[in-house]
Amino acid sequence: MSIIESKYSGSVPDKRQIINQPRFSDRVFRFVVTSGGFTSLIILGLIALFLLLRGLPVFRDMGFGFVTGFEWNPGDPDNGVPTKFGIGAMLIGTMVVSLIGLFIAVPIAVGTALFLTYYAPEGIKKPLTIAVDLMAAIPSVIYGLWGFFVLMPYAVYWEKLIHKYLGFIPIFKMQAPVFERSPFIAGIVVGIMIIPIITAISREVFSQVPLDRIQAAYALGATKWTMIRSVVLPFGSSGVAGGAMLGLGRAMGETIAIYLVLNIYFAPNFQVLFSAGGNVASLIVSKFGEAGEYELRGLMAAGLVLFIVTLIVNFLSNAIVKRTSRTGK
Amino acid sequence: MATVDFASVKPQKPWRLDRKQIVLNSGVFVLAIALTPILIDATPLNGKLGSAFIFVTLATVGNIVLAVVRNGIKTISNSIAASLIYLATALVLLPLASVLFTVIMRGKDAIRLNTLTQDMRFSQPDAPYTEGGALHAILGTFEIVLIASIICVPLGILTALYLTEIKGRFENLVRFLVQAMSGVPSIVAGLFIYTVLIVTLGAKYSAIAGSLALSILMLPTVARTSEEVLKLIPNDLREAGVALGATQWRTVAMVVVPAARSGILTAVILGVARVAGETAPLLLTILGNTSTQLNPFSGPVAALPLYTFSLMKTGLEVAVNRAWGGALILLTLVLILFISARLLSGKKR
Repeated sequence: MSIIESKYSGSVPDKRQIINQPRFSDRVFRFVVTSGGFTSLIILGLIALFLLLRGLPVFRDMGFGFVTGFEWNPGDPDNGVPTKFGIGAMLIGTMVVSLIGLFIAVPIAVGTALFLTYYAPEGIKKPLTIAVDLMAAIPSVIYGLWGFFVLMPYAVYWEKLIHKYLGFIPIFKMQAPVFERSPFIAGIVVGIMIIPIITAISREVFSQVPLDRIQAAYALGATKWTMIRSVVLPFGSSGVAGGAMLGLGRAMGETIAIYLVLNIYFAPNFQVLFSAGGNVASLIVSKFGEAGEYELRGLMAAGLVLFIVTLIVNFLSNAIVKRTSRTGK
Repeated sequence: MATVDFASVKPQKPWRLDRKQIVLNSGVFVLAIALTPILIDATPLNGKLGSAFIFVTLATVGNIVLAVVRNGIKTISNSIAASLIYLATALVLLPLASVLFTVIMRGKDAIRLNTLTQDMRFSQPDAPYTEGGALHAILGTFEIVLIASIICVPLGILTALYLTEIKGRFENLVRFLVQAMSGVPSIVAGLFIYTVLIVTLGAKYSAIAGSLALSILMLPTVARTSEEVLKLIPNDLREAGVALGATQWRTVAMVVVPAARSGILTAVILGVARVAGETAPLLLTILGNTSTQLNPFSGPVAALPLYTFSLMKTGLEVAVNRAWGGALILLTLVLILFISARLLSGKKR
């Protein structure tokens, strides 16, 4: 001890001061990263703010009628034609097309997810998963082209069959035999487009089903299907619901494919086989080109409504999926 | 005492089909194929669709009957469910195959060498395929996507770093907002940029406006995928960095991010693939053009999805075929991105 002291006396460094504050460089780093993290908040806020500011006059003039009105008429003030903007028909059309899409996509997507999780031989699981992911990567303009030129002739034939045999059901009635560019066809195209997302989420939920419950079901003598019905589907149902909601959000915001396939018409139409329908997003595309200044404000207001509706749907779906994956029930 | 020689016990697979069952199963399919034309004649159904319908029904019913005979009536729900699940998978693959097939078959006629070297400046949409091309659209797409990546990638990575490295007070809020952002309809992103840049600031339609709109759509993909990748980096690496006396900034920049390099690249590619085919936002921000426009700040630009869209809207036969050609180029581009993202993320595991 004393040797060391004598040897190093005079050159022992001062006790290092322990700082628990981050260094300057770290503070800069944290500041930059944190502000970068808030980009999404800023962008979402700016979207809402700008669309609201621009659309405000239309909201003020039309009042609640903007959401409930069925007429879109820029008007002609010189000849006494009043300006009327209402997206009620388009909102109804959006719901009709998205629901047809969901109606088609959910059973197929759940079936595919079950196949991928429980039926597929090991060798084709991976290529099939890639194929489904690839479906999500195909641009919507290509689905639109395909829907118009390839699907439409077949779909019209199916529509005629449905109309012939199920025509007594109100939604399959026709006011005139025009089958092309109907909400039904748009619904099929949208359904195909949202299959991959619903499949992906369902597959993820199904793969989380505890193995012991599956084995317990088999041990009790269940067949594969009774096992799926009594274990997998109850476990995964809310995850599937969340995936379906996410698909609904996508379907409601779909623009180009629907614009190419659907005949946009300003009247509420529940006859899904008849060539008239609407969609808020494709309304914006169809009117954008020739819109005057005030009509543009109307389109921005429509965009804001679409933005808010999809945000709500997405919020709900994320909440559902999150709850499922956390509690595992 | 009898000992069991475990080495000699071969695992049995009682569920494996024996030869007789395989013959019976394929017999059902052969029978279905044979019966289809007979039933087509006997019923009002006809055409390719009718045959497919009858064949699928026959094969399904045959298989179900076979299963019931083999395993008893109690398993009928099992075999029906299995048939429906196989059918659902076929129904997913059918449109995918049809889309890929039609785009390739109809697009290849319109693709000539000049498609890649000329623009449509001097050509009408219905000019013969040997003149004019999609050069302007290809260059425009590359330009817009490149600028969008330059804008969006740093922001996306910062968001991911905030979620994984800083884990601040607002972690859950930010994660929620990123998810909410991934649901923003593409048309709304376009409308927003149009409102801000073109209406409020009085800028022209330009590549930069398109890039801004696309980066809004790209950000959530890049942020979420990067977050997933950064989460996979073991904490040991971060602790090792800090233990060696590095500041957090240095640990992240020199250890964590380099370790996640290929994953972050995958995230960027996925983001690019997500936006490369977007049409609606571009319609509102770059407008489209028939000649090559390389200055990102001045005037309307063309892009592949828009090229496809506007040619299809003309309704002229030749122009529509050109649109299929544009779709083929676009699809090839997206496929290349998709495959490279797969290869990158596959190599890492």
